[in-house]
Amino acid sequence: MIQAEQSAAAAAPASGRTPLVEMRQIVKRFGGLVAVDHVDCELYAGECVGLLGHNGAGKTVLIKVLSGVYEPDEGSIKVHGQPVSFRTPHDAQAAGIETIHQTLALADNLDGPGNLFLGRELLTPWRTLDSRRMEYEARKVINRLNPNFKNVLDPVLRMSGGQRQSVAIARALYFNARILIMDEPCAALGPAETRMVLETIKRLKAEGIGIFLISHEMHDVFEVCERATVMKNGGVVGMVYMKDVTPDDVLQMIIQGKRPAQALAA
Amino acid sequence: MSGLLARLRLDPRLSSMVAALIVIAIVLNLMTHGLFLSPENLYNLSIQTCVIAVMACGMVYVIVARHIDLSVGSLLAFSGMAAAWTQTRAFPPGSTAGWIASIFVALALGAAAGAIQGTLVAKMRIPAFIVTLAGYLMFRGAAFLVSDGQTLAPLHPTYQALGGGVNGAIGVPASVVLGLLAACWIAWHAWTGRRDQRRYGIEPAPIWVDVLKGALMCAAIAGFVWTMCVAPDFTNVDEAGTPRGRGIGVPVLILLAIVALMTFVAQRTRYGRYVFAYGGNPEAALLSGLSTTWLVWSLFILTGVLAAIAAVITTARLGSGANSIGQLAELYVISAAVIGGTSFSGGIGSVPGAVLGALLIQTLDNGMVLLDVSSPMRQIFIGIVLIVSVWFDVVYQKRI
Repeated sequence: MIQAEQSAAAAAPASGRTPLVEMRQIVKRFGGLVAVDHVDCELYAGECVGLLGHNGAGKTVLIKVLSGVYEPDEGSIKVHGQPVSFRTPHDAQAAGIETIHQTLALADNLDGPGNLFLGRELLTPWRTLDSRRMEYEARKVINRLNPNFKNVLDPVLRMSGGQRQSVAIARALYFNARILIMDEPCAALGPAETRMVLETIKRLKAEGIGIFLISHEMHDVFEVCERATVMKNGGVVGMVYMKDVTPDDVLQMIIQGKRPAQALAA
Repeated sequence: MSGLLARLRLDPRLSSMVAALIVIAIVLNLMTHGLFLSPENLYNLSIQTCVIAVMACGMVYVIVARHIDLSVGSLLAFSGMAAAWTQTRAFPPGSTAGWIASIFVALALGAAAGAIQGTLVAKMRIPAFIVTLAGYLMFRGAAFLVSDGQTLAPLHPTYQALGGGVNGAIGVPASVVLGLLAACWIAWHAWTGRRDQRRYGIEPAPIWVDVLKGALMCAAIAGFVWTMCVAPDFTNVDEAGTPRGRGIGVPVLILLAIVALMTFVAQRTRYGRYVFAYGGNPEAALLSGLSTTWLVWSLFILTGVLAAIAAVITTARLGSGANSIGQLAELYVISAAVIGGTSFSGGIGSVPGAVLGALLIQTLDNGMVLLDVSSPMRQIFIGIVLIVSVWFDVVYQKRI
């Protein structure tokens, strides 16, 4: 634990800049289970940070704390240097944090615009749903991601995996997120669609957006991430720079729960 | 045929139900030698459909949100008895204040009962099936206790008009005006729809599509209004002694208002959108920050209030309050919603579909009464119709 903290402190890249997100000593318990155990993590503008670890390591719970789904039991979160506390997903969204959940969180029976604006519908002056404007805006943002995507008015149920992913990503982009959380965005995708997602991540980084990426695909992580934080049993094993380590080192950290010798030396 | 339906953008399920209704009506008319399609019988059918249809509008929402309400029939009896008690016992018989107060008492009780059941389901996480099964037993018992099982009568004549009986229709001139207003609304709706589509650069469907669709709907309205207007009202005769036409029944107007409101809420408001989103994927609704507890809670208030409205119509029609009213109503209401395309897996259903489902059930029931089919046989037959309609759905879903 001490080791991890030291490494986190030493790791702060481009020191002097304010991180977009700074999570300190986050703890989240479910009954007797400590799902997230004193985790430190930060994210800077324009970088992609991988969150790695086994299933059950606490990655998803950690990002649900950041996206306002769970309230942390201990610890503090700062966004743009300001202390925040999120009680609902709306609070996190208001702070510029958008989340693409592992399950995509799409309502299968609603169409593309219905899902894109779920919880944040565009309204007419009479406070009714402005379906036409939502359709128009949804087509614009979805087609920027995926120009071949025409059937946005189908229920999500009838869409392909890539199309569903496009809707979920479009939902995050439309609202001008500064901080994007992606929980296994490529898990159910084919090679072409995975490529689309990875290219989107690179473009968003170039626009100055900070991204947390949860993934099991070492190849993807090494392609788009600058750094990665490895978790096991709710705690942080360590933080590494992708340029200093090999995929095997990272796999070892995930499996054994300790930092490899050469990465420590670096 | 399906190509034409697609071009007209008509819902295939609703159109096939309308087609089935037309076929059934013609067959029943032949079997009853013209009795079924007589204006008098159709007026009765329109009134009979209202009680089930009113409650089905709320049941659609509840089932769409993956819950169920088994208590509506008993709640109908309880709030109906409370209304009758208010009129006959709490106020002097025949007082105007009495019948007006009785409606508020019924609505308040329906809302309160719904709020309690909603709290148990949404807050305390007891399954809706259990909560409303208990409500089914308890409200039926409470209905008995209101007057120790006695029938409460007479109810105020003006109140009785709400049931569509004597003076229970709005007459010919008002019916015609309403029909014309409805036709104007259809035209306006089609026109603004095309205008909005152009505004956002979407090419609207060819003009003949909208014209044909509008013409079909206007023809249906005209047919309905005409039928209601030629239905004779034997209590209201002119100088020559021939009965005047009835016009649209008051309960039908109540139903139409509820259908319009509930359809509007489902399609055009955040609340309706959230009910469907919750039914489609409760986790997605939660992750999107929707207040799902409040949502579920409010649904049971909705069904409670609609059960109370159905209670007012039922007691007004009978002219008295009896604790046996609304028996099996919950099952007919659920059947109407399911026949109308509401899916128990959640997220799918429509208010107009449920009303058509109620109309289908009532059409069969009414027709079989005319044919002297016994009550047990009618129940068996409607049970079969329920299974066939859902089996149709299963087959249809597989094809997509």
